[in-house]
Amino acid sequence: MTDNQSGIRPSGLRIRPHYHNRKRNGCPAGLFRAVSHERILFIAILALSGVTTLRAEIKIGAVSCLTGALSTFGVSSIQGARLAIEEINQTGGVLNEPVNLIVEDNASTAGETATIARKFIAQDQVLAILGDLTSSSTMEAAPLAQAAKIPLLTPSATNVAITQVGSYIFRSCFIDQFTGRVMAKFALSHLHAKEAVILTDVKQDYSVGLSDAIQDYFTSNGGRILKEISFSSGDTDFRAQLSATKALHPDVIFLPAYYTESGLILRQARQLALNTTFVGGEGWDSPALVQIAGKSAEGDYYANHFSASDPSPRVQRFVKIYEAKYHATPDALAALWYDGAGLLADAVRRAGAKDSGKIRDALAATRGFEGVTGKISIDENRNAAKPAVILTIENNQPRMVEQIAP
Amino acid sequence: MRRSRLLLFGYLLVCLLVSLFAEDYISTRLAYYYDILITIGINVILAVSLNLVNGYTGQFSLGHAGFMAVGAYASASWSNHLDPIFLTALGGPANPLATNVALLISMMFGAALAAIAGLAVGIPSLRLRGDYLAIMTLGFGEIIRTAILNTDFLGAARGLSVSGIYTNLFWTFGVAGVATYVVLALVNSTYGRGFLTVRDDEVAAEAMGINPTRYKVQAFVVGAFFAGIAGALYGHFKAFITPEGFNFFRSVDIVVMVILGGMGSTAGVIMAAILLTILPELLRALAHTQVVPPAYQGLLENRLILYSLILIILMLTRPQGLFGGLTAMRSKTSRAKEQ
Amino acid sequence: MEQVTLFVQQLLNGLSLGSIYALIALGYTMVYGVLRFINFAHGDIYMLGAFFGFFAAPYVAKLFPFAQYDSFTPQNFLGIISGAGLVMLISMTICAVIGVLIEKIAYRPLRNRPRLNVLITAIGVSLFLQNITQYFCGAQPRAFPQLIPVQAIEGLGDLTVLTTQAAIILSTIVLLILLRFIVMKTKLGMAMRALSLNPEACSLMGVNIDTVISFTFVLGSALAAAAGVLVSLDSPSITPLMGNLPGIKAFVAAVLGGIGNISGAALGGLIIGELETLVVGYLRPELRDAIAFAVLIVILLFKPTGLLGRVEREKV
Repeated sequence: MTDNQSGIRPSGLRIRPHYHNRKRNGCPAGLFRAVSHERILFIAILALSGVTTLRAEIKIGAVSCLTGALSTFGVSSIQGARLAIEEINQTGGVLNEPVNLIVEDNASTAGETATIARKFIAQDQVLAILGDLTSSSTMEAAPLAQAAKIPLLTPSATNVAITQVGSYIFRSCFIDQFTGRVMAKFALSHLHAKEAVILTDVKQDYSVGLSDAIQDYFTSNGGRILKEISFSSGDTDFRAQLSATKALHPDVIFLPAYYTESGLILRQARQLALNTTFVGGEGWDSPALVQIAGKSAEGDYYANHFSASDPSPRVQRFVKIYEAKYHATPDALAALWYDGAGLLADAVRRAGAKDSGKIRDALAATRGFEGVTGKISIDENRNAAKPAVILTIENNQPRMVEQIAP
Repeated sequence: MRRSRLLLFGYLLVCLLVSLFAEDYISTRLAYYYDILITIGINVILAVSLNLVNGYTGQFSLGHAGFMAVGAYASASWSNHLDPIFLTALGGPANPLATNVALLISMMFGAALAAIAGLAVGIPSLRLRGDYLAIMTLGFGEIIRTAILNTDFLGAARGLSVSGIYTNLFWTFGVAGVATYVVLALVNSTYGRGFLTVRDDEVAAEAMGINPTRYKVQAFVVGAFFAGIAGALYGHFKAFITPEGFNFFRSVDIVVMVILGGMGSTAGVIMAAILLTILPELLRALAHTQVVPPAYQGLLENRLILYSLILIILMLTRPQGLFGGLTAMRSKTSRAKEQ
Repeated sequence: MEQVTLFVQQLLNGLSLGSIYALIALGYTMVYGVLRFINFAHGDIYMLGAFFGFFAAPYVAKLFPFAQYDSFTPQNFLGIISGAGLVMLISMTICAVIGVLIEKIAYRPLRNRPRLNVLITAIGVSLFLQNITQYFCGAQPRAFPQLIPVQAIEGLGDLTVLTTQAAIILSTIVLLILLRFIVMKTKLGMAMRALSLNPEACSLMGVNIDTVISFTFVLGSALAAAAGVLVSLDSPSITPLMGNLPGIKAFVAAVLGGIGNISGAALGGLIIGELETLVVGYLRPELRDAIAFAVLIVILLFKPTGLLGRVEREKV
């Protein structure tokens, strides 16, 4: 057992619990030691991190999910952002100063982004915040950025409520409403579908939001939603839902979900001899979709921000340098964050000064910024108006079918 | 008892004064440390309340985050819908008195609902021991979370925005102090010895005329009550809550604090809560100093790997936690030796 | 008539799901019978089984090129089955070793300590396994290679039974028969049964308790690994967190059948599998996970010893 150092009394802080007539097994002394060591370490780190550099640099804070369940997305996104900033710094930076991208990880845990936002604002004193990856994390940071009057740009969070927080919150990707419209429009015009079934992942806000948007557009443009059938991410067996879908004989099936479940659903659908065309959203964007679904994904379509197979020279150049640096094909997130970082840097340049208010105004005035995910203009709701691409799976590869303008 | 009550009032007064005079400065200039401070306060409340259930009463609950969720969502809904009325009645959202009163009412509502949830979980769990109870509480935590996930009114998977950031140092540390006081006072009273008896030997307790049912349910309800307050404070601080934020891993976070601190030692649990709140931020700062090669950084930053190793090593080497528990976690053999 | 066919179809789907739960539940129940504790980390052995199968498959494919076949033919049948079987065997072996290691390192030192300590350690081990796998393999789902061709079996009319589902059900039956043989007819099996009845008498009779316990973990982990590989035949997406939910559901199955009772675990697994499939098919799919918890609450309230369990009198 622990030694009872009754002879040593801790000076100063006395936290003595009121235990009547009980032996204390070395509690107070141990407490003091722990507090003392820990306190010193804390102060040391405090000092280290508290030193705000007065170097001439453009500080931008980037937050994403580098570890945890969403780490694959997070790593892609930061890789894209870092690539953009490196390119910019190689050509002299912005306003003759290098851009310092301070990257923080929210560990895919709720509540972390708020802490990081406060750190960016008060500690690092950044000029702008780039992030977060998911809508719920961004919603934590947005009110703080707005209150502190620091512009925040999210390159990938699609919930419409984010930009409604305030005038300092921007988004450089299109929102679920637009993706849903694109998917529904494509089904109506290209696939000539009249009746549809929607499979929604009720556990994911992305899926729910997109599903609503699809239904809105589809029904108000002549289509009919036969049924909305739900499932949960984490499920692996969708045969019940697919049997029910098959019985309804729809012209098209909307599947606004992430690639894990989508891959399994496509596979199980074909196993049940359900051969209707599926239309998905950007959540499908991953090589894992085809790996899981195999041949079942052939001939299905999905909307995306970006296609690595886009023949335009700007995209191909980006794909080449990304592959050279990271030895992987860039996915949509890498492309979006590459554009987002580039857009922020461009806004600082247009603002002409290291002033958050001017940067905000410059962001709001963005028209026709040439990104790898298309020409980006920021509209009056501070969302991006830019085209979406429709991809199809052909020979186990996604192939661009068409681009749909806003 | 009088001295401790005096201590409590003195402590609350200090909190009030600090909050009145230093809050503005800390929350704006030192916003990052402010965030850490508030999180420490909330974690202390959670850890101390769970300690009552796990440590003092010996009921291994793995669903504490569920009660936190109930408190957070209940108070958030209350604030979102009823605050406009309260605030205008009391002078508008800029008036600090108004926001504090609004927070208090909202907090109490959340805590009350959480206490009811504690009752609902406590009663079916009466018959269960050890492992079964753990699974049952885990199940309830997941059921609560899934129920919220499927309720559109509460934002479902999208999450819920909370109308105002009203949490401040006074409420956070004030409630932490009150929770500590309540738990200690409860457990150290003559009545409260019953909790420890139930933990040590339920059959003997019953034989001595102590009703284990009553103590277990009380432990759950009091624990849930404070967890609900913690949830309300959390919700009104982060301004956005999602069901994912109250999952099993959050419960594990709190359980690790209790075990690290020593089940049955309130002071230990408080220290552990402080330590484990600061640890991720220290690691974050460490990551930036580039001391650890980037290859191993991920390992360090992965909180759960660290926590799981802490749990295993602790149980193997020092089951009474870092700061010792007096009568907690001793094996039957060592207890026999002491006789 | 279509309603009846749909119902039978759902029952068949539930059968393959139930087989998986049964295999995992057996591990829980055996360990509980012998050690009186719930191995929280068991669900993660199932996950590791899937992952080791995933890593072993490309090597086995060099010997038995199963990936290139689209359908079964009399020529390739034996080859495909051997290949798949070998992958499963490799995975089972590795996981058996891991199970024994976990027992030696984390559980054995705590054998005489209060139950709660071991439970906490088990939670720690479970979290550790999940997160270390996530760290090394990444959090994104991996696509398990197709070990056997997926076709619908002919001759069943309107019912769709896939080769993968049949493989799961048949393998489970084979493994259950093997298990019964081991437990009933071998010395170690007899020692296991004796240990679950009375540990002190066992050591008095000269049984090496440590060996028997290790053997129990070998069996349990091997079965969980088999379940991991089998489930990946049907749902080829594996993630480090895939063991969480099936682990809990299998635990409920073990409790349902009577924890400590091997036939009970199999029965419990089957019931939970069927119940889950029917609820998802006929009620609401969101309730899929809640069903297991509901069953747990009901069974613990009304018949805590389970369907086939014995009532254990607590001696004071």
